[in-house]
Amino acid sequence: MTAAKEPLVAMIGNAGAAFALAAFASVFVVHADAVRADEPVTIAITIKDHQFDPAEVHAPAGKPISLSVKNLDAIAAEFESDALHVEKVVPPGREAVVRVRPLEPGRYTFFDDFHRATQGVLVVP
Amino acid sequence: MLPSLIIVFREVFEAGLIIGIVMAVTSGVAGRGLWVAGGVAVGVLGACLIALFAGALSQLFHGNGQELFNASILGFAVLMLGWHNVWMARHGRELAAEMRAAGEAVVEGSKSLGALAVVVAIAVLREGSEVVLFLYGVAAAEGGASVNMLTGGLIGLGLGALVCFLTYVGLVTIPTRYLFAVTSTLIALLAAGMAAQAIAFLQQADILTALDQTVWDTSWILRDGSFLGRALHTLIGYVDQPTAMQLIVYAATLAIIALLMRVFAVPHPQRQRAA
Repeated sequence: MTAAKEPLVAMIGNAGAAFALAAFASVFVVHADAVRADEPVTIAITIKDHQFDPAEVHAPAGKPISLSVKNLDAIAAEFESDALHVEKVVPPGREAVVRVRPLEPGRYTFFDDFHRATQGVLVVP
Repeated sequence: MLPSLIIVFREVFEAGLIIGIVMAVTSGVAGRGLWVAGGVAVGVLGACLIALFAGALSQLFHGNGQELFNASILGFAVLMLGWHNVWMARHGRELAAEMRAAGEAVVEGSKSLGALAVVVAIAVLREGSEVVLFLYGVAAAEGGASVNMLTGGLIGLGLGALVCFLTYVGLVTIPTRYLFAVTSTLIALLAAGMAAQAIAFLQQADILTALDQTVWDTSWILRDGSFLGRALHTLIGYVDQPTAMQLIVYAATLAIIALLMRVFAVPHPQRQRAA
């Protein structure tokens, strides 16, 4: 039993170590140009009738962003975005503040995980 | 009907994968059914409480209540999973021998069962609270719980339970001599994935800002939100756009668990067998 287990565990351990090294290496390359500016740009978004309003928002590159998401529906929403690394439940009638790190130019989609058809995009020119 | 079916199935499916693994890990240990059922019951109760106080929870800690809560319970689950694996590395062999001999391992086995029951409770609580929030919202919008909604929910629950069962059956068909190896690998990956997810919540709450750049993007191969993406997210912590800190913590969790398993493993198998 142990004979079968230990090589597997060791394999995971070794792969893990290699992975960590690779991650570290890539981090220091990327990290050099990431300069933080402190003032967040605030953007207000409301959810009503399963629609984001506005469905397309804009923000400058390289600045932290604060999305304030207000849910005007009677149903809870889950504001989610893979690209923005966000996953937050917004109970009915409540407002959630979602902080986003400084972004590179691009299009970052977000959606309501409880109603997949509810989609929006954050555009960073 | 369809929205409630999909949401309920999706969440039960995620919890079901974890419960299926736990059932397979503990196969043969007496009293495990009670422990797992207890975990599910506590999880369901917790889910209702979390959903009930979702509004209040989200206002805590300057609006970071949800994130901190999720990160904490995920962190706790990681500890329980890690501890289970280390415990099994030390006692698994004697436990299996005892169980085969006389089934006297109940007391010993339940130590580790307790840890896994906590993991089950946390999984059910996390996924369940979303189900409760969603169904409550649907009921509120429709002015009461409708037959449609309940039917959808029940079908979703049934399908999710089927996934749990299939996971279990799939795992226990693995020959016993590999089962420990496979399940401890699964548990370690589960723990690493949860640790990385806890990091995501801390990053979202702006508590952890170091190394939060996205390292790669595999969403063109497999999206997080897709069915397979979700399954892999639950099982091995797959994320299509991981941050550097998530990768480091993922790898570190695996490495630490593997190391501790090695350190605490019974040192001399020969002597052990003789005794």
